[in-house]
Amino acid sequence: MARSSLRPRFESWGRYPVLHADLWPLNWGGDFPLRNGPATRLLPVGAGRSYGDVCLLENGTLLPTRGPGISGGMDRFISFNVESGVLRCEAGVTLAEILDFAVPRGFFLPVTPGTKYVTVGGAIANDIHGKNHHVAGTFGRHVPCFELVRSDGARILCSPEHNAEWYSATIGGMGLTGLITWAEVRLRPIVSRKIQYTGIKFNGIEEFIALSQASTQIEYTVAWIDCVSTGKNFARGIYMQGDHSPDPAPLIPSKTPWLVFPIDLPELALNRHSIGIFNTLYYNKQLSKRTTGFVDYEPFFYPLDKVLRWNRMYGKSGLLQFQNVLPHEGGREGMTEILKAITASGLASFLAVIKVFGDVSSPGMMSFPAPGITLALDFPIRAEISFELLERLACITLEHGGRMYPAKDARMTAAQFQAFYPQWKDFSRFIDPAFDSAFWQRVTK
Amino acid sequence: MARPGKLPSNILALGATSAIAEATLRLFAARGGRFYLVARNPDKLAAVAADLKTRGASSVMTHVMDLDDTAAHPAMLEAAAESLGTIEMALLAHGMLGDQEQAEKSYLAAEAILGTNFMAPVSLITWLANYFAGLHSGTLAVISSVAGDRGRKSNYVYGTSKGALNIFVDGVRNRIDRAGVHVLTIKPGFVATPMTAHLPQGPLFAQPSKVAAGIFRAIEKRKDVVYVPAFWALIMLIIRMIPRRIFKKLNI
Repeated sequence: MARSSLRPRFESWGRYPVLHADLWPLNWGGDFPLRNGPATRLLPVGAGRSYGDVCLLENGTLLPTRGPGISGGMDRFISFNVESGVLRCEAGVTLAEILDFAVPRGFFLPVTPGTKYVTVGGAIANDIHGKNHHVAGTFGRHVPCFELVRSDGARILCSPEHNAEWYSATIGGMGLTGLITWAEVRLRPIVSRKIQYTGIKFNGIEEFIALSQASTQIEYTVAWIDCVSTGKNFARGIYMQGDHSPDPAPLIPSKTPWLVFPIDLPELALNRHSIGIFNTLYYNKQLSKRTTGFVDYEPFFYPLDKVLRWNRMYGKSGLLQFQNVLPHEGGREGMTEILKAITASGLASFLAVIKVFGDVSSPGMMSFPAPGITLALDFPIRAEISFELLERLACITLEHGGRMYPAKDARMTAAQFQAFYPQWKDFSRFIDPAFDSAFWQRVTK
Repeated sequence: MARPGKLPSNILALGATSAIAEATLRLFAARGGRFYLVARNPDKLAAVAADLKTRGASSVMTHVMDLDDTAAHPAMLEAAAESLGTIEMALLAHGMLGDQEQAEKSYLAAEAILGTNFMAPVSLITWLANYFAGLHSGTLAVISSVAGDRGRKSNYVYGTSKGALNIFVDGVRNRIDRAGVHVLTIKPGFVATPMTAHLPQGPLFAQPSKVAAGIFRAIEKRKDVVYVPAFWALIMLIIRMIPRRIFKKLNI
């Protein structure tokens, strides 16, 4: 269509790339299939909190079930069973809204990522994971069923028992198999907002892996890792463990954050010096080798949610995310190689997180998590250096038999993707003929 | 002026699937309210009812009807009063933006806007005002619009329907406030709702949840008129003060 250049610009949370698309907000379960819809390709999106281009489509029409600048969206609860903890809700409900609802009733999310501002639909479409992956697996494992609506009007009730192949294709299916209108999520009981926390300083990958092996009984584990320091401080970090407090305490709702990152910082604000200083401060904030205590779940799970729009810290050009997983076999060597490549590049990652995934299998055909070590990083975009480094990291990942996470990627090549996910051809049978995404175009064409 | 009382819990919502109504009702559902919801689309109405029930409503009844059908109002209102026992609050939320350009060319298009936004509320409010006056209690909350404060070329037919509604509600308040009935005129500014989805949305647009919080506080404090979000009171004060000889030349 001639008006393509006039289409509004959209960016994901990473703010790279910026693509043009029309917007067709969905407010009700019956809004899709569209009546008198556009002639373009379509892509459903949730809150747009993935990082690269899985939620973008150049010259297409985005179908947001939620998001800033549009109305309430598909944000309704449908039912809640207090006995089983199963909540049924529309796909545009955010995890933050589930927590506001569930915590005062003594329930918590079965799996949560590092932000609560994602939608249920997005959580399923990217089969997200959290700090409890080693015991709970991915989000999709706690979704007993959902409704998938195709552009031809077919409504498919998906569960492990019914339409199991649609269930499996849609979990981790990046929104391409159809619109998820509602889903069930099995919540878990809690008696307190508090998390029993232990932080342990470590030095090097070996120590990190030893700590992980000793922590399999703990529900939440993750480590922050310093990707700037070299020499004796190479791969230092803090290993964080948490369990829901067993001591009953008042289950009051969370407050709404009021802090909004006010401006786009200049592109150079985050550099290896400022991040190096931050890392030293962060590492030394904890004085002793080991600290323990009780913390509220908000700072434990969502330290960044405290500042709305924190992605502006990276400036207008945005950030590149990278997350991979390497199998245990050769994983520590691979991770060491990756960390060395990063320190050698001169680029610094502000938010570097490392974790050991468990053996719990993922329900989705295209789910990212697999047994092994996973590393998540983000880089400011610096001309060619960032792209070159990401290319290098993708190659190391491939050499070690690992894979990368589509929801946090803007750069992997078609060859890399197809090697990471050899099942992609089989998956493509399930793609809705009217749907497409910038990510899918990039990795399959 | 403000006589804080107990918040209503038996609520009749007219146009219950409107985004502002829905967001407002959620706040009452969390407190265990009982609802009688009226709207035209049965699927949407069922979705709103399930949501309120899940959020804590102690009971939710639904009634599918087109509120433009004023002849059917008394039967619906009697059924609502019977089902709720007592209607403690009525929230009037149904309305349409209409197409200004069409309404300029065609009286029928203008009549449709006036019928939905003004005549139908007059019919509902007439019944409800007498009902609440007879009880010597109750809250009558009417969603109008800032557009009713002054006629502007971009939406004066819609504005007229809301302006006329404001005058009507003012008169009703003057009549039944002394009977102990709280009459609230709600004037939202730009709200991001399906009704405004086609408009380019600037920083003045508010989310329905924010507007709902303002409405909830106004009900709690028994205000007469509330602008939501509150900054619209200032904007509309300025707009009303612009001399007509200047105003007539403006493009707003």
